[in-house]
Amino acid sequence: MSNFITASIGKKFMMSVTGLFLMMFVLVHLSLNLMLIFDDSGDLFNMAAHFMATNPAIRIMEPVLALGFIVHIIWSLIITLQNMKARPVKFAKRDQKNASSWASRNMLILGSLILVFLVVHIMNFFWKMKVSGDPLLTHVHVMQGGTEVAMENAYALVASLFKGSMCYGVLYILGSVLLGLHMTHGFWSAFQTIGFNNTVWRKRLERIATCFAVIVAVGYSIIPLYFMLKF
Amino acid sequence: MADVILKKIYVKVWRQSSPSDKGRFETYEVENVSQGSSFLEMMDILNEKLVGEGKEPIAFDHDCREGICGMCSLYINGRPHGPDTEITTCQLHMRKFSEGETITVEPWRAGAFPVIKDLIVDRDAFEKILQSGGFVSVNTGGVPDGNAIPVSYEDAEEAMDAAACIGCGACVSACKNSSAMLFVSAKVSHLAKLPQGRVEAKKRARNMVAKMDELGFGGCTNTGACEVECPKAISISNIARLNREYLLAKISE
Repeated sequence: MSNFITASIGKKFMMSVTGLFLMMFVLVHLSLNLMLIFDDSGDLFNMAAHFMATNPAIRIMEPVLALGFIVHIIWSLIITLQNMKARPVKFAKRDQKNASSWASRNMLILGSLILVFLVVHIMNFFWKMKVSGDPLLTHVHVMQGGTEVAMENAYALVASLFKGSMCYGVLYILGSVLLGLHMTHGFWSAFQTIGFNNTVWRKRLERIATCFAVIVAVGYSIIPLYFMLKF
Repeated sequence: MADVILKKIYVKVWRQSSPSDKGRFETYEVENVSQGSSFLEMMDILNEKLVGEGKEPIAFDHDCREGICGMCSLYINGRPHGPDTEITTCQLHMRKFSEGETITVEPWRAGAFPVIKDLIVDRDAFEKILQSGGFVSVNTGGVPDGNAIPVSYEDAEEAMDAAACIGCGACVSACKNSSAMLFVSAKVSHLAKLPQGRVEAKKRARNMVAKMDELGFGGCTNTGACEVECPKAISISNIARLNREYLLAKISE
């Protein structure tokens, strides 16, 4: 396995496996978040958040997830800078619109914008829940399996953000759409890079990628929209 | 049908006298070009004119002019081999251009393909990649009896499709990263699909990828631009196969 990590395909392999891992996280995250819109009392979402905060398997996965993000981001910068160096003199006239999709050519731009969104997102929720705390998070008691369990009111934190500010709602919808666009290329590209592709699977993977991207973009957008329209 | 004549077109060409020269664009007028003539014939007409005026003619690569040798290499109006699909520059015709149009002509741009003169680039990098493993060196013996080595129809077809690569370098110029992955994957694939090539498949994938990286080509980001611009329509499924071959070769190392 010598020099695998520095080889062009090795670096792409890192992008691919971290990308696949992050996409699985995005799906889990979405499925939990959707509980926000099915129970206006907030109990359902609070129970889900409590489960995620206390389950040992999730506790172990949290630093792995952070590592996944860090590797995906750092590797993307290294790869893009090296790729830019491969063409010292640029073409004066370039017509690429029919040859490749916009998203595929601008993954770094999409990724950078998603990173900006991610920082805002972490400051909005994760930081308040884990580090700084917030008066809105005062414990609530939820009946769970016959016993009353005390847990943080994560629902109040989310609901107040979207009810209180139109700007945040729009920002989160924008973030979801950018994430979806990133995945229109990222999804099938990840399979291509690990070698799981051929002429038959190409069409299938591209279609699944489109579906996946739509589910992510629409799924996440529904949540701020629900709070903006209903309250 | 009467031939349509383009009364006047403008050709904006990259001029560079030597590898060390900085280079610049120059625009030339060409008059009375038949739309039935090929792009390279138009370039010949322009060069005749330049020679007549005592100027240095434009240097460009060309050889068979039948679309099979892979020698011609122009980047025309922002696309390798110009505004048409599945053709080389020599097969491009002036009917793809209109009266009064300014046609921009550039050489392939890639660090691994340095400009020698005007529109001619040095594509030795492709030869070096081939020399690093694009061959079969095991003794395959004499001609085997018919059907002694079974090869399925699908494998034979895929091997032939990959072998259609003429090594022109359009993939590298079409790629936003100047990656040579389509070329390397075609060369690895056409041997990997056949029994004689299988013997050295791992070594071949390892060595050719290492050489490609060493020569300064970029990495593949799967935009798919290469297969769209490839004059032989080589599929990026070959790139998936190269990734697979390379990863398996590395695991067993």
